[in-house]
Amino acid sequence: MRDVAIIGIGQTKYGEHWKRSLRDLAVEAGLKAVEDANIYAKEIDAIFGGNMAAGTVIGQDHLATIIADFAGLAEHNVPAVKVEAACGSGGAALHMGFMAVASGLYDMVLVGGVEKMTDVPGEHMTDALASAADREWEVTFGATFPSLGAMMARRHMYEYGTTREQLAMFPVVAHENASKNPMAQLRNRITVEKVLNAPVIADPLTLLDCSPITDGAAAVVLAPMEVARKYTDTPVKISASVATTDYISIHSRPSITTVKANVEAGRKAYRMAGVGPGDIDFVELHDAFSIISLIALEDLGFVEKGQGGKFAEEGQIALGGKLPVNPSGGLKAKGHPVGATGVGQVVETVIQLRGEAGERQVDGAKRALTHNVGGTASSVFVHILEVV
Amino acid sequence: MVVPRVWRERVARYRMVGKKCPACGKVYFPPRDVCPTCHRESYGKMEDVELSGRGKVYSYTVVYQNVLGYELQKPYIMAIVEMEEGPRVTGQIVDCRPEDVEIGMPVRAVFRRLGEEGKDGVIVYGYKFVPDL
Ligand SMILES: [Zn+2]
Repeated sequence: MRDVAIIGIGQTKYGEHWKRSLRDLAVEAGLKAVEDANIYAKEIDAIFGGNMAAGTVIGQDHLATIIADFAGLAEHNVPAVKVEAACGSGGAALHMGFMAVASGLYDMVLVGGVEKMTDVPGEHMTDALASAADREWEVTFGATFPSLGAMMARRHMYEYGTTREQLAMFPVVAHENASKNPMAQLRNRITVEKVLNAPVIADPLTLLDCSPITDGAAAVVLAPMEVARKYTDTPVKISASVATTDYISIHSRPSITTVKANVEAGRKAYRMAGVGPGDIDFVELHDAFSIISLIALEDLGFVEKGQGGKFAEEGQIALGGKLPVNPSGGLKAKGHPVGATGVGQVVETVIQLRGEAGERQVDGAKRALTHNVGGTASSVFVHILEVV
Repeated sequence: MVVPRVWRERVARYRMVGKKCPACGKVYFPPRDVCPTCHRESYGKMEDVELSGRGKVYSYTVVYQNVLGYELQKPYIMAIVEMEEGPRVTGQIVDCRPEDVEIGMPVRAVFRRLGEEGKDGVIVYGYKFVPDL
């Protein structure tokens, strides 16, 4: 297996892009990544694109082909496929791209992710997102996606004494970090009190525990490590790329306060990279809801099970803490264009590892972990990236 | 949804008929054709088993932002109920005030209308839970 490097990154601003279509956003991110890698689009051997819901919400499937076409690549007949794993689609696409380069089948691979979420009314998007759960046995009975997170949160509070205030620290830190990220959607600072007093979505989770509806796209260019320095002085090595799955419904799992797919993904990623949780300088966690990132922090071995809330309350997840969480602002405040999210996390990580994150720079960051999930962590994609 | 999609689940949804693995004896609901412990040993051999409908609240939430078709019901209580036969099931709790629900509360399943697919659409029936006093 060959070592794989990221030699280029690109992303759109995350937010509500009323004037721009899904294809516009995807093309912008892809072309920025190609430009950053200092290559020409025709040098791309293959494209893997993450997207969750375009077929449902804007009635457009066959997505990778249409994007390759409008990126100007139809004349080159480049192979392009969409990869779908709900909110983990971006991470899934990166895993596919990694395999393609590592195996030696392709040299230069563009991995992208895109979601256009503001082209339909909010309740339609809520319904489309609920399809990450089991339509027949959860959604049909009235379960929304936040309601599943809410039930995980309530049980975590019951089993470990996690408090409402501790959970609120995750969105508070996310907004603080996003205020320093010009590409983020929600750049206002918030307080614990504001989180607690926001409209309830699914008790105990309020609006400010939940990631927003976001349009956006992100892309990276992968190449074999051995040639990466021909293109960039700052290649970032993908030292682990891991995918796992779990029971799709939380009701089928032995516990809803830990996710075995998280634990296994972490264990395999640390082994693949030859490091442990203590060697990670910061993380980009999948905070679709505050509770999802709290549970991941524990499952990935950064704190003991049940201690995530306390760790957050002590300020250890903030910039300057023991383990900065989501310097980008995370899904909560940078935004969550679902199919783009897993790739966007990696774009942020590369910016950090290049030392180009400005005000939100994690000092001396050399190695980081990204955690992107589909559904209630029913599929998990973990990557470890490092400076070489 | 078209009628067959709703019709084919009627036995499981109306009477809570799940599956039991003949190899290890574990009961599953919703029904599945393969036991995650016994794999191919179980395929084609899973037996129907009707749940008693009795269980306890494992976790719950009150939903204020609904999925399509549930506009008129909100806010409503969603729960995961641990059935006495072992499996956990996602469903609403009704005939109960949100402030009276707690983890561990005994509940039993009742047959109710779940929702409908628009004004000319299929009406979907199934189980909800009520406090088991
Ligand atoms: Zn079995």
